[in-house]
Amino acid sequence: MHIDKDLVAASATPLVLGILADGESYGYAIAKQVADLSDGHMEWTDGMLYPLLHRLERHGLIEASWGRSPAGRRRKHYALTAAGRAELAERRSQWEVVAATLDRAWQSLAAPSGPAAISPRPAGGTA
Amino acid sequence: MDDTALEAQIDRWRDYVRRHRAVAPDDVDEMTDHLRERIDDLRGAGLDDEEAFLVAVKRLGRLDAVSREFAREHSERLWKQLVLMPDDGTTGARTPWRDLGVLLALAVGAGTAVKIAAAGLDEETFVRNAVFLVLPFLAAYFVWKRRPPLHPVAVVTGSAAVACALVNLYPFAPGGSTALLAAAHAPVVLWALVGVVYAGGRWRSPDRRMDFVRFTGELAIYFVLLALGGGVLLGLTAGLLSLVDVDLEPVLEGWILPFCVPGAFLVAAWLVEAKQEVVENIAPVLTRVFTPLTTVMLAVSFVVLATAGGLTTVDRELLILLDAVLVLVLALLLYSISARDPMARPGLFDGLQLILVVAALAVDALALTAMLTRIAEFGASPNKVAALGLNLLLLVHLVRTGWLLLGFCRRRRGFAALEGWQTSYLPVYAVWAACVVVAFGPLFGFA
Repeated sequence: MHIDKDLVAASATPLVLGILADGESYGYAIAKQVADLSDGHMEWTDGMLYPLLHRLERHGLIEASWGRSPAGRRRKHYALTAAGRAELAERRSQWEVVAATLDRAWQSLAAPSGPAAISPRPAGGTA
Repeated sequence: MDDTALEAQIDRWRDYVRRHRAVAPDDVDEMTDHLRERIDDLRGAGLDDEEAFLVAVKRLGRLDAVSREFAREHSERLWKQLVLMPDDGTTGARTPWRDLGVLLALAVGAGTAVKIAAAGLDEETFVRNAVFLVLPFLAAYFVWKRRPPLHPVAVVTGSAAVACALVNLYPFAPGGSTALLAAAHAPVVLWALVGVVYAGGRWRSPDRRMDFVRFTGELAIYFVLLALGGGVLLGLTAGLLSLVDVDLEPVLEGWILPFCVPGAFLVAAWLVEAKQEVVENIAPVLTRVFTPLTTVMLAVSFVVLATAGGLTTVDRELLILLDAVLVLVLALLLYSISARDPMARPGLFDGLQLILVVAALAVDALALTAMLTRIAEFGASPNKVAALGLNLLLLVHLVRTGWLLLGFCRRRRGFAALEGWQTSYLPVYAVWAACVVVAFGPLFGFA
């Protein structure tokens, strides 16, 4: 299923913040985790992840440090800051309101058909 | 075995990404790490190297779009920043400061030399010796910076000393033209000697010569900018002080100018050195603007001069002016060539340059005719011979440049031939200037 790009863009920040809430990570691992969490339905253009990470870094929501990969390559790691954690909580409550509103609005409709259904997961940072 | 092919592909990709100005080197590293991880995963899933690479690159997305996104996030990167003192300690943080310290000490030295000379010498002698007072300090900076072998430094120092001795000790007739010519050509000789030191003694290398051309152009521009800024600052200060009836002029002439002018020159040289890799060069931008304008100016001059009739009656000053114009044209050409990407294919700008060369040749032919008729009619004088000599040198330079440029525009020749011709011809000017300094006095009886 193709997810509208505005929706992908809107969810990108809380998604990245949520993934980093579980601990430090780096670009490729984040991209992979997004694909995993969405069962492959939310595929980003990988390159676009980096400008986003830099924007979050500039706003002080995450902080970056250079390290090495197991193979010895230069690798930039990102970790959530306290401000990032607060932002995540804020975003999460906003998304919960949106999701709940949509739920209630759509209660009377039939369940969507097609390959859309994502297997239920325990609510993580991606809520 | 296959890994080398993959590595080569990754390297090419990195080069391509690096060309996007909004993407910093660190970002390239970061994205390369991503690319490699993705390739590894894809290979693990059974793809071969080639396929894995293609899929991984494709998944990174269109680089133009990614780069635009980077630019939105880091607009400042489009304005490359001058980092004079790298603060990350990667390049040994102490050296830049020591570099600046040495330079400032040399600048004060040059200022002191100028101050002492200005106080002790009459004006004419002072003007004649000004380059000998300042350029040795610049040369000393490059000796310190490049540590060239002793032999070229000794030769350069010796040659400069000989030039200085000749200019000052030849029994020139006071106010005569040979004295003036020697004084006017000595800076060229001295600048060539600075070039030898700048190249760290490897003055035969075409690349180093081209670097020196670039350096000269940028230095001129920086010096003018510093001078303009300094002038504005001094003007404002003088205006403020005059409100309380303090006259800045004695201090200005006695101290500020003798120290600030050579100081600004050395600082400009240091800035050019420091920013080499950091900021886009200004000279190529200016050459792009001024190449078409100069062509128009040459065309107008040609038409006006050619239709004015009676070139023998043309003022001698006009011929000197024409020489100056041609030197400027050559400088323009040199800077554009030195700044051009040698790999780029011939384009519109190369055609414009060709037109410029043709226009310059037309004007040069006119000037040469005028000069030869004057010499035939009034006999040779040191001034005329010097102007004629320079004109012939310029003619040879321009003709061959035009020919090579034409070949390049018609894709018969590579750009390297054009570059090679410039760098191999440059020393001819220094040799000619040396001839004028050394031989014109004795030849023309020091008139």
